[in-house]
Amino acid sequence: MKNKLSLKYVGFFLMLAILVLLPFVNDSRTLMILLTQIFIFGILAMSYDILLGYTGIVSFGHAMFFGIGAYTTSVMLKQMDNTLSIFLLSIVVGILIAGFISFLVGLLTLRLKSHFFAMLTLAFSGLFLVVAEKWRSITYGNDGFTFRAPDIFRDRITFYFFVLACLVFIFIALYRFVNSPTGRILIAVRENEQRTKSLGYNTLHYKVIASVVAGTVASLAGALYAISLRFVNTSVMTMDITLDALLMTIIGGVGTLVGPLLGAAVIEYAQHTLSGLARDYPIFERWIIFFGILYILAVIFFPKGIIGSLRMMYWKWRLKLKEKDKTSVAQPQEKERFE
Amino acid sequence: MEPILRTENLTIRFGGHTAVDHVNFNMPEKHLKSIIGPNGAGKTTFFNLISGELMPSAGDVYFKGQSLAQKSAIERTRMGLGRSFQITNVFPNLTVLENVRLAVQSKEKVRYQLFRHYKSYKAITEKAEELLTLVLLDNKRDALTTMLSHGEKRKLEIAMLLALDTEILLLDEPTAGMSLEEVPTILEIIRTIKKQGDKTILLIEHKMDMILDLSDSIMVLFNGQLLADGTLEDIMKNETVQNAYLGGLYDEHLTEIK
Repeated sequence: MKNKLSLKYVGFFLMLAILVLLPFVNDSRTLMILLTQIFIFGILAMSYDILLGYTGIVSFGHAMFFGIGAYTTSVMLKQMDNTLSIFLLSIVVGILIAGFISFLVGLLTLRLKSHFFAMLTLAFSGLFLVVAEKWRSITYGNDGFTFRAPDIFRDRITFYFFVLACLVFIFIALYRFVNSPTGRILIAVRENEQRTKSLGYNTLHYKVIASVVAGTVASLAGALYAISLRFVNTSVMTMDITLDALLMTIIGGVGTLVGPLLGAAVIEYAQHTLSGLARDYPIFERWIIFFGILYILAVIFFPKGIIGSLRMMYWKWRLKLKEKDKTSVAQPQEKERFE
Repeated sequence: MEPILRTENLTIRFGGHTAVDHVNFNMPEKHLKSIIGPNGAGKTTFFNLISGELMPSAGDVYFKGQSLAQKSAIERTRMGLGRSFQITNVFPNLTVLENVRLAVQSKEKVRYQLFRHYKSYKAITEKAEELLTLVLLDNKRDALTTMLSHGEKRKLEIAMLLALDTEILLLDEPTAGMSLEEVPTILEIIRTIKKQGDKTILLIEHKMDMILDLSDSIMVLFNGQLLADGTLEDIMKNETVQNAYLGGLYDEHLTEIK
């Protein structure tokens, strides 16, 4: 147990060290942008994992919180000023709005059985998409608008470090969250909601907590995404964002937190390289087709995702070791009993 | 003395079928009462009404003199009514220890702690381990619950119920589907609980020898009605019960249907 724990920490710090040192070794623009994008979608996918992987809630409306974050930051930077303090304030405002809305939507919809809930989240996110399209005076509708990011983020590397810091902070916070007593109850809800109720837990409260945590984290991802593009349009509210998060979570491994991060890396990287191939092979302009195939293969062969499958292998291996131990220890005991 | 649990004309109808029919019963404190009756007599439905899974069509349940009509199942558990399920109902993909730990955590009211690591609540884990020892599952603590045999799941079910530390235990056929060798362990566990003397136990069971061994009193349900309630001798002497169990009433019932 101790051994495994320290292994986890070593892995974490090693990865962190590599990511911190990387810009000093190779600061190519494409790499920095790609990694920043991976971090941002990693945050989004982790937040989705809280819902899907830990609480067992399938939401088709996660994009609305991402969109809320993205729009709040963009609008505030455009309308007020492009200073760092306004940016930080806009993140807080975005989180508050997303938290409030996820609380409200959760309270209204989480009483329902899962598929009705999924449908309703779809409806709500559709509603927000329409608002973003029609409230032209602020959102400029479908065309969206560009804005100036805070000067400090003009440097890609500074922004890279900022997003990395956010990622690490969110990762640790969510890791603590899922391992807290409340986090354990979320897992219990996923496993057997009726039983959780009969143990005296009000499961609705926990589902709402999960929904608020996921919503606020997604809004942070949205804010960072808007800064990375310095542009926002209605695409941040669309189903594609939710599907991306879903895909990353499932490919990486539901209910693992690290999995969605890995999933985000795999998908963003694949997207990057596949669309790069389009120059030579026109079929790759439709890289989404390959995603479809990838998705189907993942669900068939790795239903638990990359991390989930690895974990299963690890457990099986440990079980085998244990059994070996047992048989070698159990035999003398048998003898004693006969005597 | 006010009985700890009491029902008054407790009735539930499903469409035209009356599953529990005007049942009045009293449950003295620290007492073990068994409920017997043929299949479909309404025993589990009666439990569901007491535990709040179902709401009665008429009548009410009283816990320490307080009406439970407005209380949800969650509130009833928190007040002190714990139940086990006839069909094993555990968290399949969690470890045995985690199953019990979650139950202890509920009892300890550790519900909304978002940041501390759950393992830092040492007392909770220790209590869970203690309960696993009581139900003879301590050697399986790290096994996933799906890997357990049926009998082991039943034991786990009892451990989780005990973890809630409720004053009343509603045990719905704790030996259902168990092999004959496993029954004595369950019997032993219930006997241990009874001997500790601080629980009121209501038990649904089919195995007569077990009922005779454990019960302070017995109540008989038949077609949703309370046929008899009393000590073993009373029940044995009761003619309606004899008829019901010898099939008399049942035949009558059949001819009625025809």
